[in-house]
Amino acid sequence: MASRQPIDIVIALDQASIANNQADLSESGIIVYDSKILKQAFTGPEFLDVPFVELATKDGGSKVMANTVATGAVLGMLGMDPSPFEDVLKELFLKKGQAIVEQNISAARRGSDFARQHCERCAFSAAPPGRPLMLINGNRAIGVGAVMSGCRFYTAYPMTPSTGILTYLAGKSDDYGIVVEQAEDEIAAINMALGASFAGVRSMTGTAGGGFALMVEGLSLAAVTETPIVIALGQRPAPATGLPTRTEQGDLLFALHAAHGEFPRLIFAPGSPEQALYLTNKAFDLSEKYQIPAIILTDQYLADSQWTYEGLDLSRLICEDHRLRGERPASLSDDYKRYALTDTGISPFAVPGDIRQVVIADSHEHDEEGHITEDPELRRRMVDKRLFRKLRSLRSEMAPPTFYGHPDARTLFISWGSTYGVVREVIGNLQEQGAAMLHFTEIYPLPGTDTFDYVTLLTKAERTVCVEQNATSQFARLLKAEIGFSCSATVNKFDGRPFLVEELLEALHVYLD
Amino acid sequence: MSTLTDFEGKTPTWCPGCGNFSILRAFKQAMVDLGLAPHEITVVSGIGQSGKFPHYTRCNAFNGLHGRTLPVATGVKLVNHTMPVIAEAGDGDCYGEGGNHLLHAIRRNIDVSLFVHNNQIYGLTKGQASPTSLAGMKTKLTPHGVIAEPLNPLLLAIALDCSFVARGYAGDLEHLVGLMKAALRHKGFALIDILQPCVTFNLVNTYGWFKERVYHLEPDYDPEDRAEAFKRAIEFGDRIPLGIIYRNHRLPMEERIPLLAKEPLVRQAFARGIIARTILNEFY
Repeated sequence: MASRQPIDIVIALDQASIANNQADLSESGIIVYDSKILKQAFTGPEFLDVPFVELATKDGGSKVMANTVATGAVLGMLGMDPSPFEDVLKELFLKKGQAIVEQNISAARRGSDFARQHCERCAFSAAPPGRPLMLINGNRAIGVGAVMSGCRFYTAYPMTPSTGILTYLAGKSDDYGIVVEQAEDEIAAINMALGASFAGVRSMTGTAGGGFALMVEGLSLAAVTETPIVIALGQRPAPATGLPTRTEQGDLLFALHAAHGEFPRLIFAPGSPEQALYLTNKAFDLSEKYQIPAIILTDQYLADSQWTYEGLDLSRLICEDHRLRGERPASLSDDYKRYALTDTGISPFAVPGDIRQVVIADSHEHDEEGHITEDPELRRRMVDKRLFRKLRSLRSEMAPPTFYGHPDARTLFISWGSTYGVVREVIGNLQEQGAAMLHFTEIYPLPGTDTFDYVTLLTKAERTVCVEQNATSQFARLLKAEIGFSCSATVNKFDGRPFLVEELLEALHVYLD
Repeated sequence: MSTLTDFEGKTPTWCPGCGNFSILRAFKQAMVDLGLAPHEITVVSGIGQSGKFPHYTRCNAFNGLHGRTLPVATGVKLVNHTMPVIAEAGDGDCYGEGGNHLLHAIRRNIDVSLFVHNNQIYGLTKGQASPTSLAGMKTKLTPHGVIAEPLNPLLLAIALDCSFVARGYAGDLEHLVGLMKAALRHKGFALIDILQPCVTFNLVNTYGWFKERVYHLEPDYDPEDRAEAFKRAIEFGDRIPLGIIYRNHRLPMEERIPLLAKEPLVRQAFARGIIARTILNEFY
């Protein structure tokens, strides 16, 4: 379920929380607050005055436990069993000693009891607990995807919203055998990752738009040296610092065009943590197979959104080693050339030190061995190898978009990346009125049409509406540039907040008959 | 055993008389003396006349971008820490464009040997001032002379407690071979600032200029005395010391990562099946 407009419960720890949210309160919505903290009492059935501080400081507890009281109060309002929360408190505060744990637990209980007794219009009730489901966000799903793809080296400079990947992998470093290094800047991060990749392991970096801007020369270096690398790019509203903790799909064309020179790259834009897991795996596989950079384009919304799953099938993951590893691989000739010209454009990629021949990577235009060249014919052949030959087969590796909705839809909504959940939910409500969606997660190169002719589908639809979390309909422009197709309308949101079901429903409804 | 011939590379495009030729010869000699073969080492270089270095010898090489030698070298070393990794950089490359990476490579104490071809001028781009150009030097871009004071790489490195700090001179080949061997034998980050006359663009710091000034550190000089090291590092005028100025015993980065205790990362098997059984547990 995607984010919705009406708010059921607001915990107001300051006046602004009330001012900003009161208008969006649902009919049975409640604002929980402490009249002593806010120095004001509110009347009206939507207000519940809970003495957070007073309940926190009973039994010698500290004022900061007001948060614990508030959380307890919400559990009480929902009539929920407090024990899972108590487990969280134990885990969280164990380091601070048993006394702090006890005080927090009793603070939570007091909050819960108070709310149960005083909430007169608590119409909510939590569903009875079923069997436990997985709970995972986009960043962690990328982390799991990286680990399971055999990523052995991750380096990054912390930047919202990508830091979660760095944090997850740093915590797993010893268990899963991954060297994780916090780089001094994003330039260092991408160059370290390239050094690691050259030396023989799968490597990755992650950042947001601002950090990616610094990585751009490194992206070009990856391209000319044909060194595989996976880059997670978590978008947030820019230019520059923008809205650092909000969401936007504003960097698609940046990711597509970043870096000097002409070379192939892969761009994936998962729509859910599940897709993030599988596409991270695909990014590693194809990046290494084709020796090109792969970008996983997420945004703050996907990075931090928690999704539930029954489970995720890890046996579906691809794990093929495309490197020539170990002593004297059979396919290696005596005159090993790192950039040998081949029909596929893919040259044998040996691990330095594993063989008696030397492995040379060069940022200049180079000959087959990897030495600097100025030769015009060789230049032409190297561009042909790196760019055209690889692109030829790359397109067929990309999966077509997902279709959902009315089979003979007259209006087709186009979306990509993180908006998958909310658009799908809205289309679910509109499909009987002739709506369908086409959702893209494998963005560049755009997939071929052999298995699913989405281009014909687009051209046949009466109306095509591109829904994007940006101001300039970047995906619509990509479609125009790549397949010459123009959408008939666009829906854009660029206030840094994710689409809400109700507002999107209203926005899309306009385009139905 | 390897020989000098094993390290033969392409013909250099450097100017006749360039200090880079001696640095190249010293490098090859050091590798042979250490018993290393071309496929057993990796040289990482950037951009500048020094950046072409790996093409003029024969070994595993990553000739990357201007200023970015040290991050690439760090990545290589962390993945394969039993392989000697040498970073060849220039003064513009390493003290200018990549200055930040130098600070942090020293802090990490990654076991990389950094040989800086310091000619105090930009050679590849034809004669602009570099971070080590002496104040007052006139170039096409500084008709009134360089305003900024030169960077003192040795002082900087000692201040950061760099684990090996040395100065070599392209005009003193035998001494330079010894420094390179000592740097490679040293466990931890090793900086050799190599004074390298540029016969075409730097008409101030010439072979003659250096000949009048350089001297070898005395045999009883103690490179582990940091205060004395600071004093020697400040000397860059009438007298310029050559040798190992400072050394300490900080553990190199790769020895402080438990994961790398057994064997290099590149040779560690990936326990995919075992990890797959448990990796999702924490999400339930």
